[in-house]
Amino acid sequence: MNPSPEAIAVATILIVVIAAYALFGGADFGGGIWDLLAGSAERGAAPRELIDESITPVWEANHVWLVFILVLTWTAFPPAFAAIMTALFVPLSVSALGIVLRGAGFAFRHTAHRLQIQQLTGATFAAASLITPYFMGTVVGAITTGQVPVHPAGNVLAAWTSPTAILTGFLFVAACAYISAIYLVLEARQRGHENLVRYFSVRATAAGVLTGALAGGTFAELSNSAPYVFHRLTGIALPLVAVSIAAGIAVLGMLWLRWHHVLFLRATAAIAVAAVVFGWGLAQYPYLFPTSVSLVAGSAPTPSLDAEFVVAGLAVLLVAPGFAVLYFLQQRRMLTAAESDADLRLAAQLALPLPGQPAAASASAENRMTTALVLVMLAIRAVRDVFSPPGHQRRR
Amino acid sequence: MGTVAHVLAVNPVPARSQMGSSLGFHIILACFGVAFAAVTMTAEWIGIRRGDAAALLLARRWSKVMAVLVAVGAVSGTVLSYEMGLLWPGLMGRFGSAIGVPFSLEGIFFFLEAIFVGVYLYGWQRLPPWLHWWSGMPIVVAGILGAVSVVAANSWMNTPAGYALSDGKITSVDPVSVFFNDSTPYETAHMVLAAYMVTGFLVAGVYAVGLLRGRRDRYHRLGFAIPFTIAGIAAPLQVMMGDIIARYIAHSQPVKFAAMEYVPTTGRDIPEWLGGLLINGHVYFGASVPAFDSILVGFNPHTVVIGWDSVPPDQRPPLPILIHLSFDLMVGLGFFLFALAAWQGWWWWFHRRLLLTPWFLVPSALGGVAAVTAMEAGWVVTEVGRQPWIVYRVLLVGDAVTPSGGVPVTLGVILVLYAILTAVSIGIPMIMSRRWRRGAAAEEEAEQVPYGPPPAGASLAGSPAPPAAPRAPSGGPEAG
Repeated sequence: MNPSPEAIAVATILIVVIAAYALFGGADFGGGIWDLLAGSAERGAAPRELIDESITPVWEANHVWLVFILVLTWTAFPPAFAAIMTALFVPLSVSALGIVLRGAGFAFRHTAHRLQIQQLTGATFAAASLITPYFMGTVVGAITTGQVPVHPAGNVLAAWTSPTAILTGFLFVAACAYISAIYLVLEARQRGHENLVRYFSVRATAAGVLTGALAGGTFAELSNSAPYVFHRLTGIALPLVAVSIAAGIAVLGMLWLRWHHVLFLRATAAIAVAAVVFGWGLAQYPYLFPTSVSLVAGSAPTPSLDAEFVVAGLAVLLVAPGFAVLYFLQQRRMLTAAESDADLRLAAQLALPLPGQPAAASASAENRMTTALVLVMLAIRAVRDVFSPPGHQRRR
Repeated sequence: MGTVAHVLAVNPVPARSQMGSSLGFHIILACFGVAFAAVTMTAEWIGIRRGDAAALLLARRWSKVMAVLVAVGAVSGTVLSYEMGLLWPGLMGRFGSAIGVPFSLEGIFFFLEAIFVGVYLYGWQRLPPWLHWWSGMPIVVAGILGAVSVVAANSWMNTPAGYALSDGKITSVDPVSVFFNDSTPYETAHMVLAAYMVTGFLVAGVYAVGLLRGRRDRYHRLGFAIPFTIAGIAAPLQVMMGDIIARYIAHSQPVKFAAMEYVPTTGRDIPEWLGGLLINGHVYFGASVPAFDSILVGFNPHTVVIGWDSVPPDQRPPLPILIHLSFDLMVGLGFFLFALAAWQGWWWWFHRRLLLTPWFLVPSALGGVAAVTAMEAGWVVTEVGRQPWIVYRVLLVGDAVTPSGGVPVTLGVILVLYAILTAVSIGIPMIMSRRWRRGAAAEEEAEQVPYGPPPAGASLAGSPAPPAAPRAPSGGPEAG
């Protein structure tokens, strides 16, 4: 029995969302990793400031892709979701913990004043950026090798501590660092910081080479730990693997030649990562867990899949333009955290006597308050009208 | 107490505790996610419209606080998504395809909220004033719709609808009926109003303290009046909503209602208990109003109210004392907040100025804590009251819980971590406000630099154009 077209479509959407999280959320994790590796407060100040500027306005929006992955999986493939969450309880719990620490550390760092506190919160953010993708990688590794049982009785240690899972964890970390370093090269270029362009070019190259090596290692390991996936990766999914390798080499070439074209470099690096994600998805087909749970066995009823389709459509209609605005403003550097002088100007203005006519102002405040009260009364009537008939009539 | 021992002996207790503490923590921050943008934008609107420096300064500072609270709320909300699967695989595996529908929609609204929070919070400096104001509007709308979606999922657990089972497996789903189940309009309206009350009364409470300490300038008066008005509008609606919902629960979830109101046996002329401990079938230390519960349910003393004897003991919620006292606490605090709002409204109606006596300000300063307590008590009522079911009359909590043994460990970690996060989430706005009062230029400047050494060395050493330098001279809202 072949999977229904709806199931294939929603699985494809899921893979696209995972790729998006890898590219956007992954880059933010990578930023945290480079923050961790930036050295002492003196030496690391410049790269850290660049990382901070490029992550701050966008990281929350990038983070939502993860929530989408979770929700999409449990709605469209409930049995698989339940099995993953049970068997991989430990790595998933640790990654959830990492997400909390990371977000909180990042938010609190901006308000911390003393250097020690800034370092503590910053270190929390940076360390969590390292831990979270590693454990997410082990989860993907465990799923790929088919070591997640269909009905797990509890945590399955062997699934996420296999060599493949561990290698995948390292691969995730390296890929995050790689994609982030590429973006940061471009951020530095746009801001005209030549030192930082060099700084992140070197790191992007190193991370790129490391990512390639780890990908090769994982690939070799798959030949005995996940024969089905390996077979498909060297068969039908081979073109995607080849595209990824070619794009990866092209990026290294562009960095070597210092050809920092904003669109080309970013797109090529993104293709290198996305092609691997798509290749993985294609290699798993038609299984959710190779080779124990297929799409046919693990899918939700068709109306739920259709609902996810509608949600995806809404996302394209509503969320895509939102992201376009956000990234446009961020690229144009319209979004800044620095606003303290404006605050001080306002505060200073407060000390002066207010211009204008205070009497008129208070009269309009009266009007507004009266309007508010009238609106409240109307709202009370409206709510009563809507809700009271069943309340009055239903009896027991 | 037999009931406590019974509850502790049941397997899902660590998982329930973890879910409860995660939800109890997140819900406060979620309130700010839903309602704080509206409060801030009201201040900004007044500021731009009238060129009011105090209102603008309030809006800017509130948005700084919002940046912290929304960030922590975003990650603690993600933890809840994880926990749905980590703690309740039996629920998600069986009913994920139904309960996932409202959650998927919520994903869209969460996206929109996160995107425009990025624009609004960091666009103060360089967006034109009104464009900046409008960039906050999607946060308000998405906040409300997101809350509606998530609470619709919770309503579905109370009144499941829109699915068909065969052999315990879902074979068909009607997404629209799942989303608009019977409880959805009641629960969602209740929660959105609660979010506005919690946010409004908490923020107003901060400025009530400032006013009490003698800081009676326009900045503090506005800082009190704006959030208090918003919460004060929500308060009477909430009291009315609560009355309607209680009547609805008496019909839709009679066993929960019986625990809320101490109704052991089905009958007429049921008394309304205020407070009181139920021990061995007797209520001690409580005040009762004869037949009043029947009147509240059906506007008639002879209305029959269903008691918990209508179901076998193993299908009754544990800890009726907790449920009843939580319910009474919520109702009592709701009336307290309503009274505060009515007091201020009365004064304004006749005197056209703010009431700022200590008699009013002291309880107002505590209004935020009261609102949070009422909301948490309400969640205790609805969640504990549904026990032992996770999906009412369909799936038992014990059949949904994870078989993994690690829950007590993660529970411990969550408790410690959230205790720290709570302290920091309260502490940071306090530190910020102290800093703002001092108002030293250097201090505010240093705030912007992520863990740099002292400000002088923090800008990009050796680079030609430090990023903070090219500040747009115009375009700030203060120009309007």
